[in-house]
Parts: sequence; structure tokens; C-alpha cells
Amino acid sequence: MFNSKQINKLAISFIYAIAIIVALILLFLVSNILINGIPEISWKFIASPSKTFEAGGGISVQLFNTIYLLILSMIISIPIALGAAIYLNEYAPKNDFISVLKTAIEVLSSLPSIVVGLFGFMFFVLKFNFGFSILSGSIALTFFNLPLLTRSIENSLAAIPNLQREAGAALGISRFETVIHVILPAALPSIITGIVLASGRVLGEAAALIFTAGQSSPNLDWLNLNPFSPHSPINPMRPAETLAVHIWKINSEATIPDATKISAGSSAVLLILVFIFNFLARYLGNKIYKKMTAGK
Amino acid sequence: MEQNELFKQLTKKSVASKKDIFGKYLSLSALILIGITVVAILFFVISRGLTTFTLDKINPFRFLFGTDWQPNNVDKNNNPLVGALPMIFGSFVITLLSALVAAPFAIGTAIFMTEVSNQRGAKIMQSVIELLVGIPSVVYGFIGLTVIVPFVRNTFGGSGFGILSGIIVLFVMILPTITSMSIDALNNVPKIYRESAYSIGATPWQTIYKVVLRSAIPGILTAIVFGLSRAFGEALAVQMVVGNSPVIPQNALSPAATLTSVLTQGIGNTTEGSLQNDVLWSLAMILLLMSLVFNLIIRKIGKKGEMKNNV
Amino acid sequence: MVSRNKIVESIKNEVEIEKYVINLSSKHQRAIETKDLTISYNGKKNALNKTNLAFETNKITSLIGASGSGKSTFLRSLNLIHGENTLIGGQILYHGVNINDPSIDKFEVRRRIGMVFQRPNPFAKSIYNNITFALTQRAKYTKNQLDEIVESSLKQAALWDQVKDELNKSALSLSGGQQQRLVIARALALKPDILLLDEPASALDPKSTMQVEETMVNLKKDYTIIVVTHNMQQAARVSDYTAFFHMGNVIEYDLTRKIFTRPKVKLTSDYVAGNFG
Repeated sequence: MFNSKQINKLAISFIYAIAIIVALILLFLVSNILINGIPEISWKFIASPSKTFEAGGGISVQLFNTIYLLILSMIISIPIALGAAIYLNEYAPKNDFISVLKTAIEVLSSLPSIVVGLFGFMFFVLKFNFGFSILSGSIALTFFNLPLLTRSIENSLAAIPNLQREAGAALGISRFETVIHVILPAALPSIITGIVLASGRVLGEAAALIFTAGQSSPNLDWLNLNPFSPHSPINPMRPAETLAVHIWKINSEATIPDATKISAGSSAVLLILVFIFNFLARYLGNKIYKKMTAGK
Repeated sequence: MEQNELFKQLTKKSVASKKDIFGKYLSLSALILIGITVVAILFFVISRGLTTFTLDKINPFRFLFGTDWQPNNVDKNNNPLVGALPMIFGSFVITLLSALVAAPFAIGTAIFMTEVSNQRGAKIMQSVIELLVGIPSVVYGFIGLTVIVPFVRNTFGGSGFGILSGIIVLFVMILPTITSMSIDALNNVPKIYRESAYSIGATPWQTIYKVVLRSAIPGILTAIVFGLSRAFGEALAVQMVVGNSPVIPQNALSPAATLTSVLTQGIGNTTEGSLQNDVLWSLAMILLLMSLVFNLIIRKIGKKGEMKNNV
Repeated sequence: MVSRNKIVESIKNEVEIEKYVINLSSKHQRAIETKDLTISYNGKKNALNKTNLAFETNKITSLIGASGSGKSTFLRSLNLIHGENTLIGGQILYHGVNINDPSIDKFEVRRRIGMVFQRPNPFAKSIYNNITFALTQRAKYTKNQLDEIVESSLKQAALWDQVKDELNKSALSLSGGQQQRLVIARALALKPDILLLDEPASALDPKSTMQVEETMVNLKKDYTIIVVTHNMQQAARVSDYTAFFHMGNVIEYDLTRKIFTRPKVKLTSDYVAGNFG
């Protein structure tokens, strides 16, 4: 039999072992992606378009699509999330109507992204006739993004002390003006951190996009800036395969001979992008915070 | 007279009160927009999912418990072969088993970070968890395809595509979700509990096991259900490694299909409005209803936890 | 210890609480007055029972009493800044107009009845913008007008000489006492006629406290001031009238010197003597 001290020692070492295993899993994943992927990354890989049936394609269009979709979906979702968060944190009374809306946000955040994508497909691609397009895709991404973004902005607002709101109220300023001119600026660092983190999540999303933004991309003419031309990169009505969708597609359809190599390169690019965003979130948050508190 | 003048001034709507009303309703409209979106998603997906039973007159019982999934074929009584049990079974088995594997690792890591390790160790593990969360699901799928599937094939035989590979991929994917929520649950246990356990001579492990873990149970359960919910809805990574064969799997190595994997593959290859398409929407409806069920369970646990803490 | 027990006993046994409230004669102008003011939160027990107090124009009135006596609740109701779930019954007469009425614009009331809180709460903006912010939200002003208002209100709050060369510095860089006077200046810029101060010096060091008190006395000629304080010496030093609150009731309201020398109610003399609270 063991005494309690020995059991303690055993159990604690066991917990150490678990933590080490988890850390090793991450180490393995990241090194696997980077070691296999980075050799594939070259200027040519990043700057040339993909190929459908032959080896040697690049990811330029997918990379552009990813960024474009991200920006467009953020333009749509930030104002909505901001409004909802302001209402929830600054105005919302405690009643059944509000708790139903809060539940709705929770439900949205727990919906599988493939279901969100399918809804986008049925509603925007087919019903509204937007087709497989950047617009449909960014709306689907917005649905996927809204709950998290709303919650993160809400938390940022809640962290600003009530003293500031009282100060506004005592001066006969409306809550809305106080929020816009006092609370939001003070909460900005953590809001930006939240937005950048959400961007990192959106970057890697694919399931919501395969039936909304589509799985193909027309040949793009980078100099064509006419938003109505089907070959213009900025046309929001054209289909747009993103990097994440590209990885999924070339692996499940296997029409390209070097699918594994391209996926490895793309995975590494995607992972590096996500890491950059995560790093940026922390860095920006700290920097703006310091600037704001240092006084002008 | 003077009072009348003052009353007039005080009852005149000020700029601030107009702005206040404007801001209130502007922000409320954003919130309501989200609410309408959610209602629209629920309504359209569910009503679309029901057409299988209303328009195509498929017996719901046959759909849920039938084991033959060949939507293009009919049986000898001319009934379409649309038994969804293989996918429902596949989704549940893979989800439950992956959560079963992930939970001990997640809870162990959470205990390590909140109870055992020093600050530096906790910080390192915090970054590990954040990085794991950050890896996109297609990348998990790709690793599954290039590392796990060959590994399973070489170790256990078979094609490598199947339940086991799906479980391994999902295990890693939901590990950070369960871990970070378990950390919150453990952090919510009041410090005084630990102090009083130590003060009567409990060892660290006794304190963790008998005091901290016990009072964190509702929170940890919630974390696990969140993990389940995420695993159940995960589509692409699973679809890439699971083998996509809609039959009830015989063992852990046999290829299988999940609700999400069949959806991912099928929606693009069927014509809108056909029976083959309708049954896929019914699968989507099941996915959606399951996520509502998970949501409900999480709420129930939360309420129970609250009650327990109040007593 | 003995006397403390006795007080608790006497409160319990008395059905009618002994009270004394001074009557302002008609030659005293009333800036604000409450009639049967009753306040409760969330339908719970009253935080304040029927309170009838009249405040004389251009005087300083102190509200004293233990924590939870209802004095802060009372003060906050005067410019309608109370929280969402607060029920207010009775009347608040501002120069004779009842402002406890849904038709009243509370933002306009708050401009006319300024309020300063316990902890200094300047905005994370420059000193200059702290003062002009509320103004520019309400109407358009020229740069010259704003400059003038900033200067005059900072002068009134006795802060001008210390900050006139660094108006663009962050208000958060000021000391606690300076911040509190900036907050007073910020309220004055809106040209109110009543100033409510909720323990304005309790978060400050003795020197800053003195500065804030001096500022209050100087402001008296132009403003009616009502101040909640825990500090009995402060009440005695600065105020003309004092009201003593206890468990949601006004026990005694009189000239300050009378309250502190010859209180009419036993409870007041016990509190003023420091026997409880």
C-alpha cells in the first residue's frame, strides 16, 4: 500500500506528465507543419496563381481572397458587434426579451460552421442569387464571427470603470455620447486585441465558405480595378476560394499531382498568418494601452 | 410666472436626450439584427430539413433508424434507401470517444496550470493552449491525412481512414477548448477551500482531488460538453480522415461517415429540391438540433452549479 | 459600549422616532426642496422614508450620518442620477418646479444641478477637453468662448494658477486634489446653480482636503452647495446647515452651529459626539 505522501507524489508527477505530453503534441504539430511547409514556400509559390491539373501551382489568388474576405467580413461584423455589445453592456435592462437575445447569441456561437455555411448557401447564394461570391462568403463569415466579437467587445466595455459613466451622467451628457467619446476610446486597446484575435480565427475558417464563397476562383487580372468585371480582384460578386478552402479542396479532389506539397506550403503560410495575427493582437494591445495611460 | 418659464425649459427635450434615444435604439437594432439572423437560420434550416418528411413522405422513423444510406436507390418496396443511422452513429461515436480521450488530458493540464505549476510553467502552457486553438481546422485535417492516417495504417493495418483517425484528430482539436474552460472552472473555486484543506493537513493531491476538483465539477462538465459540441459540428478535418463510408462501422479501424462529412461531400453534388438533396438538409437539421441540445445541457449544468453553490 | 447598547435599545422601542427639522422662513430663498421624498431599490425596504428638507440658496448644507443612513441616496436623487431600479416617490422642487416627474428632461436637470463624486473621475482626456467636452456636446462654441469658460471655471475651482500652462496635459497626470478640483471646474463650466458633492474629500490627503474645502467656501456666493460628508469637523468647518440622517430618516436638520453645540435630539448628540457611526 502507498501512504498519502507517496500517492501525492505519484499523482503530481502524473499531472506533470500530462502537461508535458500536451506541450509535446503542440511542438510536434507546429514543427511538422513548418518543417514540411517552409521548404515549399518561395516567392514563386506565393505570387503565382494555382493550377488545376498540373504541378507547380502557387497560392497568390487564394492568399488575396483570404485577406479580401477577412476585411469585408470585418467591415460588416464590427459595426453590428459593436452596436450589440454597447446595448448589452450600457443599456440592456434585465428582462425576458434581453435574455432571449443573449441566448440567441449563445446559440449562434454554438452552431457548427458547416450549418452556418449551408444557411448562407440556401439564403444568399440561391435565394438572393448572390451566387458563390465574396459577398456570400463574407456574410457567412460574419455570422460565424459575430457572437465571439460581440462578447469580446462587451467584456472590453465592462472593464471600463463606472466612474467614467457617472462623470458623464453628472454632466448631463447622454449615455451614448459618454460611450462614444469616453468609454470606447478607453476600451479601444482591448477591443482591437479582440478584433485581431477574431481575425486569426476567421482566416482559418473553411467549412462556412465552401458553399458560400465557393471552391474556385476565376483568373484574375491584377490591374483590372473595375469592381463589376468578373476578372477584377476586387469584384465582390466573383467566387473566391480561400487558402483554407484550397487546402481542403486539393486534398479531397486530388487532381493536382503535387497536392501534398502545395498543402504543406499553404498550411505553413496559413499557420504563420494566424500566429502573426495572435502576436499582433498582444503587441498592439500592449502598445496602445501604454500610449493611452502615459498621458498626452 | 417664473416657475412656468423654468418648467418649460426643463421639459424641453435636450440635445442629450435625443442623442440618448438615438444611441439606445441604434445599438438595440444591431442586437436585434443578430437575433433575427439566428431565428432565420433556425427557421430555414429546420423547415428545409423537414421537407424530407413532408414533401418526400419519408417515414422519420426509417430515416433516423434505417441503416442503408443509398439515396439514389430504392428497396424492393420502392422506398428510397435513406437510413441516416450510420452517420448519426458515426458522429456520436467519434465525438464521445474523442471527448473521453481529451477530457483527462485537458483536466490534467488545467490542474497543472492552476494548482501545481509555478507561474512560468502556467504561462508556457497558456501559450501552448492558445497556439493549439489558433491552428485552423483544415490544417488539423491535413496533418491527419499526412501523419495520422499513415500512422494508423502502418500500426494497425487497414486503409488508415476511419473512426480511429477521426478520434485522434478531434481529440487534439477539442483539447484546448476543454482545457481553457476547465482552467476557468478551477480558478472559480474559492481560495479559502484550498487553504482550509491544507490547514487540516491534506496533501496537495488530496486537496486537488477531494476539494478543488469536486467543487469544480459543474464547470468541468460544461467544458466537456462544449468540447463535445465542437467535435460534433466539426466538418472538414473529420471528413478528410474518416473514410466517408456510410455504413455502421464494425470496429475502430473501419471507415465511417459522420453527419458533417456526408454533408460536406454531398451538398455540392445533388440538385436542389431533389430527394437526394432534401435528405442532406435533414442531416443538417439534426446537426443544428444537436447543437441546441448541447446548449441546453450547458445551461442546465450551469443552473445546477449555481444552486449548489448557493446552498 | 454601554451607551451604544442603550441607543440600539431606544430605537427599537420607540414607535415614533424623535425628529427635529428647522423651518426656513419665507425670507430665506429655497434653491431645492423635497416633499415626502421616499426612495426604495427593487421594491425592497425603503432606503429613505418620507423626507422633507429645504435647502437655502447660496448656503452650504452638510448631510451627515452613518453608512447606509440614506444620505448619499438622498443626494443622488436630487439630480436624478439614481440607478435603473430605484423607485422615487414624493416631490423634488427645484425653484418650485417638481423635477421628480417623467416629463422632465433629466439631462437638463443635471446640467443645472452639478454633481461631484467621492473619487475624482476626470475623463482620460486633456485638462482643457475635460472642461469643454460636455459643452461642445450640447452646442457650438467658438474657440474664444471655450477658452474663456475654461479659464473662468478653473479660476473658480482655484486650479487655474497651477495648470494654466499645461492645459493640454492629460487630466490623469494631476494629483488627486487637483483632479477633484478639475472635476468641480468641469461641473461649473455648465453654469449650474446647485452643486452636489458626495464625500468630495474622503479619498484625498489632508492638504488636498483643505484645498477642496476652501474652494467650496469660495463658491458659496454663486452656488447652493449640498455636501455629504463622513467628516464631522469638515461639516462644522464649512457648512451653514447640517442634516443628520439615520436609517433612512432625517433625525435633525438645523443650523450647523446648533447641531454641533446644542442638538435637540439625543440620537444626534450621540452621533456628533462620536458614540456610534
